[in-house]
Amino acid sequence: MSDISAKSRRPAPPKPASIWDYANPTRFLGLANAVLPWLAGAMALAFAAGLWLSFTAPEDYQQGRSVLIMFIHVPAAWLSMMCYSVMALAGLGTLVWRHPLADVSLRAAAPIGAAFTFLALVTGSLWGKPMWGTWWVWDARLTSVLVLFIIYMGIIALARAIEDPLTAARSLAIVTLVGFVNIPIIKFSVDWWNTLHQPASVSRFGRPAMDAAFLHPLLTMALAYTLLFFTLHLMAMRNEILRRRVRSMRMMAAREAS
Amino acid sequence: MMALFARELKLATRVGAGAMTGVLFFLAVVTVVPFAVGPDLNLLARIGPAVLWIGALLASLLGLDRLFQQDREDGSLAILLMSEHPSALIVFVKCLAHWAATGLPLIVAAPIFGLFLNMEAKAIAATVATLAVGTPAITFIGAVGAAVTVTLARGGLIIAILVLPLVLPSLIFGVAASYGAVEDPAPFTQPFIMLTAVTLFLAVLGPLAAGFALKHAID
Repeated sequence: MSDISAKSRRPAPPKPASIWDYANPTRFLGLANAVLPWLAGAMALAFAAGLWLSFTAPEDYQQGRSVLIMFIHVPAAWLSMMCYSVMALAGLGTLVWRHPLADVSLRAAAPIGAAFTFLALVTGSLWGKPMWGTWWVWDARLTSVLVLFIIYMGIIALARAIEDPLTAARSLAIVTLVGFVNIPIIKFSVDWWNTLHQPASVSRFGRPAMDAAFLHPLLTMALAYTLLFFTLHLMAMRNEILRRRVRSMRMMAAREAS
Repeated sequence: MMALFARELKLATRVGAGAMTGVLFFLAVVTVVPFAVGPDLNLLARIGPAVLWIGALLASLLGLDRLFQQDREDGSLAILLMSEHPSALIVFVKCLAHWAATGLPLIVAAPIFGLFLNMEAKAIAATVATLAVGTPAITFIGAVGAAVTVTLARGGLIIAILVLPLVLPSLIFGVAASYGAVEDPAPFTQPFIMLTAVTLFLAVLGPLAAGFALKHAID
């Protein structure tokens, strides 16, 4: 499975539209190279539209200009969860279908997910200072995101630690899936813990049905973030495949030299 | 399976001062806390259950990397996994033995450390009960961490990072139940039942995932 340099393992299959066709990394690279410019272009457009909508959005009657942070913060938090779901799906792909690209996808998604989670934490903190008067509160939601960040970091650390790609693939998939199953329990227990320890000491601003003036920029930014994720993910997968090729070429060279 | 349990227990207690290292580490953690927060007995009594839980948690994490490593090195792990028993069952028995060798001494030591922290008898009893129910969960989920890092020479730190977020629910419910026993409005039964549920859930999930990981790690 790690032997990605084997270029012509399967003969050209008759049915062209299966995801197994892209198990061949060369074919996947071709697809990625074809799709990436369009994806990047769409992302740039969505970001332009999202940022323009965000900056022209009216000031919130309570928060003033700092409501702008929401358009950066909330999509990042959404993406931090979506990215983990993508990773869990990839983990399933590794363990159940043994799809060679699933492992590449999982490994490539982890740092991106960690980056989005980090962005959500930092922007949330920056938003919390003017709104709540403090950089950090042990609010249930913040705590869950922090725990998610630690899980991401653990997965990245494990990916870096295991040398052999094949072993790493299965270990990462298992850890990701175990984490995925546990996340609802962690989320529930943290919510429970928070309501027990500090009942409503943090007065979050009430969330009325969001006005369209805020909703539209938010959704556009969410779309832009999603496109950004897929662009980065495809690029990272491409890099990972190339990195593995370099690795197997080096090993071949070393074998010939010895 | 009983034979396996006995073998594991013997190995765990005899190799490298096994159980005592964990208890000593536990003692060290409990001793460090008063130096950090000050010798105020009232404060210590208040944070006592939390300190005992943190100490037991860290001490349990400490020995996890030994769960499979030696058996893998001498080949007995491969033999065990090739036997007719399901791998999850073997991991489960190994976890139980590991817990009996490292977790149980912590629980026995906990009441004495509770006295150091000026905890009242009821709080000590509650904390010991929650530790007895809660610490197996750390071993069960820790087995996953130990299984995926079994091929690494020094996996100990990575296990801790991987496992810590996953044992948060046990910590939360354990400490909450301990406080529930002494502080009036807070309930004891409810978090205690949750703690039991988490342990039972992880007793299924942990060995299954760890057995799966080990099967691939040895071939």
